[in-house]
Amino acid sequence: MPDLPVPPPLPESPLPPLDKAGLLTLWEKMLLIRRVEEMAAKAYTERKILGFCHLYIGQESVAVGAAAACRPEDRWVTGYREHGQAIAKGVSPRAMMAELFGKATGTTKGLGGSMHIFDKSVHFMGGYGIVGAQCALGTGVAWSLKHLKTDAVCLCWFGDGAANQGAFFEAMCLAQLYKLPIVFVCENNFYAMGTAIDRQSALTDMSLRGLGVGMVREQFEGFDVEQVRQRMSAAIEYARAGNGPVILEVVTYRHRGHSMSDPAKYRKPGELEEKKKSDPVHLTEARLRDLGAGDAELEAIRDRVEIAAKDAYEFADASPIPDPADLYNYTYAPSGS
Amino acid sequence: MPNIAMREALRQAMVEEMRRDPTVFLMGEEVAQYDGAYKVSQGMLEEFGPDRVVDTPIAENGFAGLGVGAAMAGMRPIIEFMTFNFSLVAFDQVINSAAKVYQMSGGQYACPIVFRGANGHAENLAAQHSTSVDSLYAHFPGLKVVSPATPYDAKGLLKSAIRDNNPVIFLESELMYGWKGEVPAEEYLIPIGKADLKRDGDDLTLISWGKPVHHCLKAAEELAKEGISAQVLDLRSLRPLDHDAIFNAVAKTHRVVVVQEGHLFAGVAAEISARIMESCFDLLDAPVVRVTNRDVPQPYATNLEKLVVIDPARVVEAAHRVMGRA
Repeated sequence: MPDLPVPPPLPESPLPPLDKAGLLTLWEKMLLIRRVEEMAAKAYTERKILGFCHLYIGQESVAVGAAAACRPEDRWVTGYREHGQAIAKGVSPRAMMAELFGKATGTTKGLGGSMHIFDKSVHFMGGYGIVGAQCALGTGVAWSLKHLKTDAVCLCWFGDGAANQGAFFEAMCLAQLYKLPIVFVCENNFYAMGTAIDRQSALTDMSLRGLGVGMVREQFEGFDVEQVRQRMSAAIEYARAGNGPVILEVVTYRHRGHSMSDPAKYRKPGELEEKKKSDPVHLTEARLRDLGAGDAELEAIRDRVEIAAKDAYEFADASPIPDPADLYNYTYAPSGS
Repeated sequence: MPNIAMREALRQAMVEEMRRDPTVFLMGEEVAQYDGAYKVSQGMLEEFGPDRVVDTPIAENGFAGLGVGAAMAGMRPIIEFMTFNFSLVAFDQVINSAAKVYQMSGGQYACPIVFRGANGHAENLAAQHSTSVDSLYAHFPGLKVVSPATPYDAKGLLKSAIRDNNPVIFLESELMYGWKGEVPAEEYLIPIGKADLKRDGDDLTLISWGKPVHHCLKAAEELAKEGISAQVLDLRSLRPLDHDAIFNAVAKTHRVVVVQEGHLFAGVAAEISARIMESCFDLLDAPVVRVTNRDVPQPYATNLEKLVVIDPARVVEAAHRVMGRA
C-alpha cells in the first residue's frame, strides 16, 4: 500500500508573543464573554431569554485567541454556540444581549435570536442552526473573498459534532480543490450535545479528517489564549498567502450543558472539576500575575467588565420589542433592475 | 426574429449577464469542460474561463452551500443542478440557508443566487430522475420560483433571476431544451411574478406553467374543434404568484382547470384552487379541477410512464368536466 500523501505541517506563527498589555486586553475580552454569558444564563432563568441558548463558557480562549490573530476584514461563519465568537469578533454585547431578549435593538432586530447572531459591520456572518451546514457557507464566503481579489480570510467554526456531517466533508473537498482562503476551526469540546467524543467518532482528532482531502492540519490545546493566537495566526496567514485551506482542531471544554435545558448528566464523576483546572480565564489570570499584573490592575478590569455586562443586560431589558408592522419586511431583499 | 432552442435562450441569458456583471459565475457538475450535461453552457468555458464557469465534484449539498456563501459575500452565483432531482441532496442549503438568511440576519445579508436545471420527468428515467420539485420549493417564503414554458420567457426570466437579490429556483425541462421559439436579438427582461396569457378564450381557463403549458395549448386546439373556447394562462412564476391574473381569468371564464406536473397531494395546483375558492368562490360556475401526474413514483416502462404523466387528452377530459360535458 502506498504511503498516505501527508500535506506539509503548518509553519510557525509570524506573530511575536504578547506582552503584558496585550495579554490583559485578551483577558478582559475573555472575562467579558464569560460575564455576558453568565448574565444571559440569569436572564434565561428569569424567562427573559427563551428558546435555545447554548453557552460558550469554558471555551473563551479559543474565540479570543482567534480574533487576536485575525484582521478586522476577515469573515467569520459559525454554528449556534456563537455568543463568545460574536463578542470576540467585535459584536456589541448590548446588541447581542438585546437579540437574546428578542428586542428590536438586537443584532438581527429580534428575528434571529441566540442561534443566529449576525453583524455585517464586523464581518460576523452568522450563527447557523443546522450542524455542519455552515462549513459549506464558509467555503462560499472564501470563494468570493478569493475571486473578488481581497486579502481577507474566512474562519469557519464548528464543533466536534459537526465533523461527522456530510456537509463538512463536502466543504473540505471543495475548499481544497479550489484552494480557497479558509481556515476550518473545529472546537472539540468533548460532547456533541450529550454524546461523548469517543462515542460519536472512531477518530477523535477531527483535524485528521483533512488528510483525506490533502489539507494542511493541526490539533492543539486551546486553553491558553496565547497558544491559540499563535497557531490560529499561523493557519490564517498560510491561507491568506494563497496556499489554500487549513483545518485545525482546538481541544477545549464546555463547562455548561449543551443548552440551558441540559443538566449534563452524561459527564463522568469529577470530570468537570478536573477540567475546570484548565479554565482559560483563570489560566490567563495566573499568567498575567507571573508577568507582574497586580490586584489593583486586575480588579479595575473586572469592574469594567462587570459594568459592561450589566449594561448589556439593562440595555436589552429596557429595549422595545419588535414592531409587528415589520414582520414581512425581511422575507425578501429589495431588488432593483 | 431568430428562432432558437430553449437551451440557447438560457445560454444567451447567462452569457449576457456574465458580460454585464463580473460577479456572476456559473457552477455545477459538467458545466465547463463537458459543455453541460444538456449543452446549456456550451462554449461558455471558452469565453469566461475556469474561474467563472466552474466544474464541481459530485457534491450537490457542498456546492449549493458554497453558492449561498458566495452570494452572501458579494457575488452572484448561478448554480446548475444537472437535474433538480439532485437538488434534494442540497435541500438543506436551499431551504435552511438560501431562503432564510436574509430574514435571520435581520436584512444584513441578501442571497442573490439562481439555482437552475432540469425539472420533472423526461422519458424512461424511472423514479429517481423524474421528480417535479415545483411544489416543494414553492412552499417556502424567501425563495422565488420560476418555470418558463418558451425560449422567449426562459431568456427574459433568467436574466431577471440573475439580477434579483433573492434566491431564485429556476425550473427547466430536459424535454424542452431542444424546443424552439422566437427570441429577439435585442436585450429584454421579463419581470418575475407576472403571468402571461398564452391563448385567449371565453369558456374556461387552463392554468399551468412550464412544460404542461404546451399540453394546455394542444388541448385548447382540440376543444376549439368542439366549439369550446379555452384560454391558457401561463403563470411563469409560482413565487411570487400572479393573483390578479388568476382572479381576472376566473372572473372572465368562471371555469378553471389547473394543470401541474408532479404529484397531486399538497401541490401548487391545490394551492391555486384553494385561493380561487377563498377569493372568488362566487365567480365560479363549476368546481376547479386539477390535472397532475398520477400519485405514484415514476415507472420506467413506456406504457406505464404514459399512464402517469400529463398529456393533452387528460386536459381535454378535465375541461369537459368543468364544462359539465363529462
